[in-house]
Amino acid sequence: MSHSLTLDRPLRGALRLPTLPLLTLLALLSGGSLLLACSSGSIALGAGELWLAASGHGSQLADTLLSLRLERALTAWVTGASLALAGVLMQSLLRNPLADPYVMGVSGGASVGALLALWLGLALWQVDSAAVAGALTLSALLFLLARRDFARSSGTVLLLLTGVLLSAACGALISLLLTIAPDAQLRGMVFWLVGDIAGTPLRPWPWLALLPAALLAWWQAPAINLLALHGDHALTLGVPVAMLRRLLLVLAAVLTASAVSQGGSIGFIGLMVPHACRLLCGPDLRRLIPAAVLSGAALLVLADTLARTVVAPMQLPVGVLTALLGVPVLFWQLQRTRRRLA
Amino acid sequence: MLHCDQLTLRQGRRTLLQPLTWQVRAGECWWIAGRNGCGKSTLLATLAALRRADGGHIRLCGQPLPQLTPRQRAQRLAMLPQASHDAFDYAVQDAVAAARFAWPDAGDNPQRVAAALDAFDLGRLAARPLQALSGGERQRVALASVMAQDAPLILLDEPSNSLDLAHQAALQQQIGRWCAQGKAVLLVSHDLQLAPACASHALLLDKYGQHRQYPLAELNAEHLAAVLGYPLTRLHHAGHPCFLPGHPS
Repeated sequence: MSHSLTLDRPLRGALRLPTLPLLTLLALLSGGSLLLACSSGSIALGAGELWLAASGHGSQLADTLLSLRLERALTAWVTGASLALAGVLMQSLLRNPLADPYVMGVSGGASVGALLALWLGLALWQVDSAAVAGALTLSALLFLLARRDFARSSGTVLLLLTGVLLSAACGALISLLLTIAPDAQLRGMVFWLVGDIAGTPLRPWPWLALLPAALLAWWQAPAINLLALHGDHALTLGVPVAMLRRLLLVLAAVLTASAVSQGGSIGFIGLMVPHACRLLCGPDLRRLIPAAVLSGAALLVLADTLARTVVAPMQLPVGVLTALLGVPVLFWQLQRTRRRLA
Repeated sequence: MLHCDQLTLRQGRRTLLQPLTWQVRAGECWWIAGRNGCGKSTLLATLAALRRADGGHIRLCGQPLPQLTPRQRAQRLAMLPQASHDAFDYAVQDAVAAARFAWPDAGDNPQRVAAALDAFDLGRLAARPLQALSGGERQRVALASVMAQDAPLILLDEPSNSLDLAHQAALQQQIGRWCAQGKAVLLVSHDLQLAPACASHALLLDKYGQHRQYPLAELNAEHLAAVLGYPLTRLHHAGHPCFLPGHPS
């Protein structure tokens, strides 16, 4: 049997904590990242000031800072969590630990929608709606083209290739829009593409997408485990494979659309977080799903805090930071895999 | 247990299997033999509902196969696929435990998993990640998963692949135990010692989609040689029939 190239092999003695302490730890980390995000910035707020502001007795400045920072941090939280969960689901669907939420072109569809709206000079909320509409249109198209592949053996390869092609088509459209865009709008378009959550207001519906998606995925985790383990053959173990694949694609598409509409295409969260979580707690999705949600959220909150503080008063787009962090981490992993294969 | 009525299989325009009427009863072990590409694995995949029949009907435990839900099918039929590729590094015990998916409410799941691990000599490897296993060890994990699934009909595609001699013998005994418990086993194999030692019947498939059924006692070297395209000699060894390539000198 050939060893496939995978980054999932834990080192001997990799940290495998029991479920409850692990999730408690990650929940604390996740909450801690929110606190850190609220306290750091051009004017630092200490624990006492935060407490006073939160209980409504702080100075007006502290109140304003807290609500601004908390709103932005919560947006980062839900975006990071959605991306990480979408990554876990996509990787299980395609049985490839290197798949990320963008591989199916869903973010490409969102980008085309958003850039089109920016090009037309529409308002911010219209740009967001256009991004969601683009993502959903692309998912629907993918679903339509690949509708027979869900039940077919080795159908995921066809599904993946369809996604890659649609992605390429979106890439071409994006280049076209950037080429014909007037200079005045170009900067906004580029910022959108890089991935940035500055100025995104806190909205309810990304939470309304994340919560049921996470619960549904967690409830189906034993079946998804079998799909990840056996692919098509999960059917002989009792898993309704075609239905489950459809469900995973829909959940991943909705989560990606929601995340992309919040912050553009923020790279590497969906790839790096599930990967790191597998090292931490193993591939069992009953643990991996909550772990990835909590750590994806924490990672993006921290990255966003870093993005607005590291070269203050200038703000970096957070997508640049996640890529700068993500690439070396994955290189290090690849190197480890190379050593193992050697 | 399994009843095929005029079952036909095609691949493109080629007929893999001419209409087959076939009955597998509890306690029987059928050896399915034929040359590469003659449709043995396709037949197993069809019986496991991984692909649709191109004609005819299949009944599993009295019910038409397409009418069963995946879970009901998994409670009646387990399958060992020919090769598996591991994308994720599950531990051996988790992979075997996951095979109990069709029986979520059974109270004895841990015991069954432990028994399956034991039967294929995996106790020592239980905590190992799948990707750290050798080919033979991985094959034993797949066999243990089939056993843990505890279905009355067991489909095995090349089960002795990569197994060392001692584990081949253990597999042979395990197949015997399954049949003694009233399970039925379908065995696709090129192993001319293991398969005849396990089987009670044989289904021979030739490359034109023709097929023949024999009780094993009536299967002689000429029948098998005609299908496999190579001269064979039938011997009796260690209480079982077996076949050797070549003419007796």
